Amino acid sequence: MNLSFTEEQEILRKFARDFLASKFPKKVVKEVEESEPGYSPEIWKEMAELGWMGLPFPEKYGGTGMTFLDLAVLLEEMGKACMPGPYFSTVVLGGFPILDVGTEAQKQEHLPRIAQGKAIFTLALTEASGGYNAASIKAKAVTDGDGWVISGTKLFVPDAHVVDYILCVARTDDKAKPEKGLTTFIVETKQPGISHTVLKTMAGKLCEVVFKGAKVPKENMLGKLNQSWSDINRVIDRAVLANCFHMLGMAQQVLDMTVDYAKERKQFDRPIGSFQIIQHYCADMLTDVEGMRLSAYQAAWKLSEGLPCAEEVAMARAWAIQAGERIMSLAHQIHGAIGVAIEYDLHYYTRYLKACELSFGGADFYREVVAQGMGL
Amino acid sequence: MDFRLTEEQEKFRKEIRDFLEGERKQGLWEPSIDSWIMAYDPEFTKRVAAKGWIGLTWPKEYGGQGRCAFDRLILTEEMLRYGAPAACHWFADRQIGGSVLKHGTEQQKREILPKIMRGEMYVGLGMSEPEAGCDLASLKTQATKKDDHYVINGQKTWTSGGKHMNYLYLLARTDPSVAKHQGLSEFIIPKDLPGITTSPIIDITGNEAWNEVFFENVHVPKECLIGKENNGWRQVMEQLAYERSGMERVMANYPVFEGIIQFAKETKRDGKPLCQDSVIRNKLAQLKIEFDIGRLFMYRVALVIDEGRAPEWEAAMSKAFATTFEQRLANTALEILGPYGQLAPHSKWTKLNGMAYHSYLSSKGYSLQAGTTEVLKNILALRKLGLPAG
Repeated sequence: MNLSFTEEQEILRKFARDFLASKFPKKVVKEVEESEPGYSPEIWKEMAELGWMGLPFPEKYGGTGMTFLDLAVLLEEMGKACMPGPYFSTVVLGGFPILDVGTEAQKQEHLPRIAQGKAIFTLALTEASGGYNAASIKAKAVTDGDGWVISGTKLFVPDAHVVDYILCVARTDDKAKPEKGLTTFIVETKQPGISHTVLKTMAGKLCEVVFKGAKVPKENMLGKLNQSWSDINRVIDRAVLANCFHMLGMAQQVLDMTVDYAKERKQFDRPIGSFQIIQHYCADMLTDVEGMRLSAYQAAWKLSEGLPCAEEVAMARAWAIQAGERIMSLAHQIHGAIGVAIEYDLHYYTRYLKACELSFGGADFYREVVAQGMGL
Repeated sequence: MDFRLTEEQEKFRKEIRDFLEGERKQGLWEPSIDSWIMAYDPEFTKRVAAKGWIGLTWPKEYGGQGRCAFDRLILTEEMLRYGAPAACHWFADRQIGGSVLKHGTEQQKREILPKIMRGEMYVGLGMSEPEAGCDLASLKTQATKKDDHYVINGQKTWTSGGKHMNYLYLLARTDPSVAKHQGLSEFIIPKDLPGITTSPIIDITGNEAWNEVFFENVHVPKECLIGKENNGWRQVMEQLAYERSGMERVMANYPVFEGIIQFAKETKRDGKPLCQDSVIRNKLAQLKIEFDIGRLFMYRVALVIDEGRAPEWEAAMSKAFATTFEQRLANTALEILGPYGQLAPHSKWTKLNGMAYHSYLSSKGYSLQAGTTEVLKNILALRKLGLPAG
């Protein structure tokens, strides 16, 4: 067993931390999140030039050929910087499924453009029920001449307002069991039959996407007809874990900010960090962060090695959700009133961390996954 | 990064399991909770010694196996999983040997280490005193130097093992004239020296796990001093990090965990197995998550030791986390058992051999021994996070 990072990973972390700190001071985060696209096209281009969009994809598709574990390091730093924008949507929700189950032509067409920062992707999975199970997917795709036509409403679709393509999971056989009748399509967004509404959120851009007879050529089917569910599970596992790394980065930053604050803030003529109750709050936060770190990296290592990891992902996720909430509560308590002020930086993390917790299934859901793994 | 064990480590784990499985099948002992601190069996200890599994990490030149801390973690993990009666050698193997290796003279190493490794030297820990708990450095037991020996007077309490032990580790004051941290020294002494008397402390479970030990003009040869005179505080701090760092801090009541999962699978309520109740599933899964995180913390400690660093904050974190996990585990097990949770070991109708009952009561001490949760959090705050001292 070995818990150290490779030299390459350390270099990536250091570089990403410096780059993101210089590009995304909170003033910029604020401007970007208030802007209509919700990301900065200029910085997006720079990130593509750094090879970040293609980081986990093979070199023959224009990527850097690094592993999920390497990507995890970058995602952690993005979380630490509270970086807004469609990186997660494009790389994790869009690129990976194409790499997993795409045809050679689909990979050739899309992955190099993702890597170059020229195509933005997202995944349209959830609907009005808010569930992540197969039965909650009602949007339909029916054959139409040589292709397919999709109808239905998808909810909580990240970044749909700026994407070039949506991977849409739709029901193609409503007589089969819910898990046996789903198919994924690569849908071009710039066409009639697709409209979106940007929802007002706690953090990040989420959309309602309405498909009304949106056309998809047959070669845009991703994976096999009616057999998407297992592919989607893989996508969700990876997305959940990627999310854990965002949360870890945020939690670490919140801990750092809180400890710094406790060292500087004086009351009763002494730094509040010299009071034992504050010290123990900080110790609890540290323990929670370290639990997030070890459980998330354990799952990421397994995923990178191609080993079964559903249970480890579920554990990391359930822990990150619980720990995230505890960390944020204590951070606010220690910061006192200034922590809720909009001109202070803490609220970015309060909002983004909670948004991460509320996507891709809650702690109860993942504890159930663990329970099944225990043979209960 | 690699979360796998090596092939040799997997083989080693299997070897240990086969050994313990065989012992259990022969009925040589019954698995028990807190076996590392409550189940004394010199014959078991001698059989473990014969396998070379005491002093596993100590250098070969002193008869050890020269293996890494991680291998030892695997060994102790299995001992605890099986609830094996390892208390006789546990403390000596865990921290006394390491202390002798680091601070002892060549002669002490040649004498003490082989004796521990043969399974003949059982060392109780004499640290706490009635007036010196968390504030250990304020201890009063005196060791006064006189010619070629020290004269010990005072009292220790919560000394592990007590009557089963034939040696004592002792932290005593050798210089009362200096600041409290600076006048302490470490000794390892035979327990049968004239002037030593012990009196058991019956704990909440009814067991005699700890003792009061009284010293009245006990003459201790100066060769029993470990390390430098008056350097005891520095020496003991590192020893405490090792004391905190083992799997017993997350697995002392592991058989309860296995037992309650089995119980939930096999017991029907309203015609349905308990484990199909979503609330119970959720609770057990939560325990599993916390157990795994506690275990990862412990694994990290072993890796830190193998890097050659004393695992100060890492050990503090893992012990603080894991011992409170164990309390939650015991409590959840009782909740699931319902009224049966009240039944003691050996009672008619008791479930899980009364292990959950025992564990619930004894787990109250887990977060106190070897550094209270509060002391450990102080270490995290002051040493790791650099918060200012109060």
